Amino acid sequence: MTGYALRRLGGALVVLFLLTVAVYALFYVAPGDPAKLACGPRCNPGQIQQVRERLELDAPLLTQYLHFLQGLVAGRDFSSGTAVLHCDAPCLGLSYQSGTPVTELLGDRLPVTASLALGAMVLWLLLGVGTGLLSALRRGGTTERVLTGLTLVGTATPVFITGLLLLMVFCAYLRWLPFPSYVPLSEDPEQWAWNLLLPWTALALLESAKYARLTRASTLETLAEDHIRTFRAYGVRERSVVTRHALRGALPPVIALTALDLGTMFGGAMLTETLFGLPGIGQLLVHSVRVIDLPVVVGVVLGTGAAVVVAGVVADILYALADRRVALT
Amino acid sequence: MTPRQRGAVWRRLRQQSAAVASAAILLALVLLALAAPLLAALAGQDPTTYHDDLIDSARGGVPLGPYGGISGDHWLGVEPGTGRDMFARLLYGARISLLIALGATAVQVVIGLAVGLAAGLGHRLADQVLSRFTEVLAALPMLVIAISLTAIVPADFPRPLLLVLVIGLLGWFGTSRIVRARTLAMKKLDHVAAARLGGSGPLRVARRELLPALAAPVITYAAVLVPGNIVVEASLSFLGIGVKPPTASWGQMLSTATVWFRADPMYVLLPAGCLLLTVLAFTVLGDAVRTALDPRERSRLRVGTHSARTGRSADAAREKEAAV
Repeated sequence: MTGYALRRLGGALVVLFLLTVAVYALFYVAPGDPAKLACGPRCNPGQIQQVRERLELDAPLLTQYLHFLQGLVAGRDFSSGTAVLHCDAPCLGLSYQSGTPVTELLGDRLPVTASLALGAMVLWLLLGVGTGLLSALRRGGTTERVLTGLTLVGTATPVFITGLLLLMVFCAYLRWLPFPSYVPLSEDPEQWAWNLLLPWTALALLESAKYARLTRASTLETLAEDHIRTFRAYGVRERSVVTRHALRGALPPVIALTALDLGTMFGGAMLTETLFGLPGIGQLLVHSVRVIDLPVVVGVVLGTGAAVVVAGVVADILYALADRRVALT
Repeated sequence: MTPRQRGAVWRRLRQQSAAVASAAILLALVLLALAAPLLAALAGQDPTTYHDDLIDSARGGVPLGPYGGISGDHWLGVEPGTGRDMFARLLYGARISLLIALGATAVQVVIGLAVGLAAGLGHRLADQVLSRFTEVLAALPMLVIAISLTAIVPADFPRPLLLVLVIGLLGWFGTSRIVRARTLAMKKLDHVAAARLGGSGPLRVARRELLPALAAPVITYAAVLVPGNIVVEASLSFLGIGVKPPTASWGQMLSTATVWFRADPMYVLLPAGCLLLTVLAFTVLGDAVRTALDPRERSRLRVGTHSARTGRSADAAREKEAAV
């Protein structure tokens, strides 16, 4: 088991390293002068030259990349003529726009994205696993047909449409909920939940469809296994067979998918955050792309990539823990 | 595929009423999109003319009249804020949506075929490298990368082409995986082995022996890719990174609608309805094509899309990543 985990971790580190190379090369070799972008629209050539020197943009690309790596591991200093700005490890550089370290920007927005992702996860697991189990139990009936249809619509509907419809019904028509604006959990837990209810629901409706299908498939597969047949032969009631035994066998893929999805979402649920105006990592990325703030874009892509890769490893390990047959192969 | 098999496929396809309905909807949509300029002219409208007299400037630009200003002149009302004709804009939006989604699908299929064949037919080492590479790329969050890529491309690069390329370049992994697996399996078949022993180079083997047999699985998979690509295009446009105004796009209309949903619900419902109907029709038709081409396959819409117990979670959970 430990060996399996270590192998997966080693693979993940290699992937992360390759990711930094690819992202760095892609974004800094790309057309457009980073110094000009960093300086802003009203800069004379002299100022641009100053910026270029400060950001070491005239150094060879490899040197730049090594400094970038060094910053990631040990932190680095940026001198702007008079003052020296220290950027702690893991340093992803400074934002062109505000001059703030990218890590700080990411840190500020992480609580928003985390609130959104974790709350939505609770909802989608309840909804998805419930629906999946129900349709596995009632297979062949009307219930299953209805659920299949709903699941299909759920997966096909982009999250911004679901979100807009929810806004129309609950904000504009019924006026039950406020137009979401983020309130930190530490400030007012009740307002926090109240404001996030619509974004959570929108995300959960989309995701739960996927989970419903996975749970259904996985449950049916488990139900076909020998030990279940034995339980039935011993006269264990069907309800108990499903909820106690089949569900346990059906859960490992669901757990693994949850870990993967959370990883993706920590990189920012861009569409949801943009629609509901939540100041999370996704919104940061969309904004940075519009104003071409390259260090922030690189930072978000690397951060997201790292989250996804780590989530993949966590998913594999959880899967192996839940289903020991996997680690043996 | 022999004519007889082809007939069987058609029959199985026609038996599924949902598939027939979807095909009809899509056919109508394609015709409408193709005839957009004609139909707009017939309605006496075009997608870019502002109609200041049809919106209530005192209320911020809400269309005058009920249901978003539906009238004899403007069959589906006008856009809030600008008064542009909705009927024309929706039609032109369909063009963008279909053009980009189908273009991107073509790019995905071509790259997927090339990489998959190279990995399947090439040296063991090449296969290892290509497969790992594909695996790494496939694990990354596509929408994030797509958005970031649009940041580094010069502003004067044509947007629709950029979208086709970005969506295409980021979505070929599934195709290449399928092609590689089929190629490896077919390498052992007699006619392929004979061609290889007879001295045919890999290109000739690929074209003469493999491609005909790869058509069915690739077409099936491509049909599943289209609705996903439509959603990605709409998502990018929703984020303001799609086609540039004044070009009409459903996603971009929905993005503007976030400001108008209180005052003008029609402005949400119309583009959302178009988008949903298109995506659903493609999804249902894609699934039907799959089951018709290979009756042993069960409908994906019913059961999960994969065996839940394939071992590694990444495989077990590698359902098409939803855009969040």
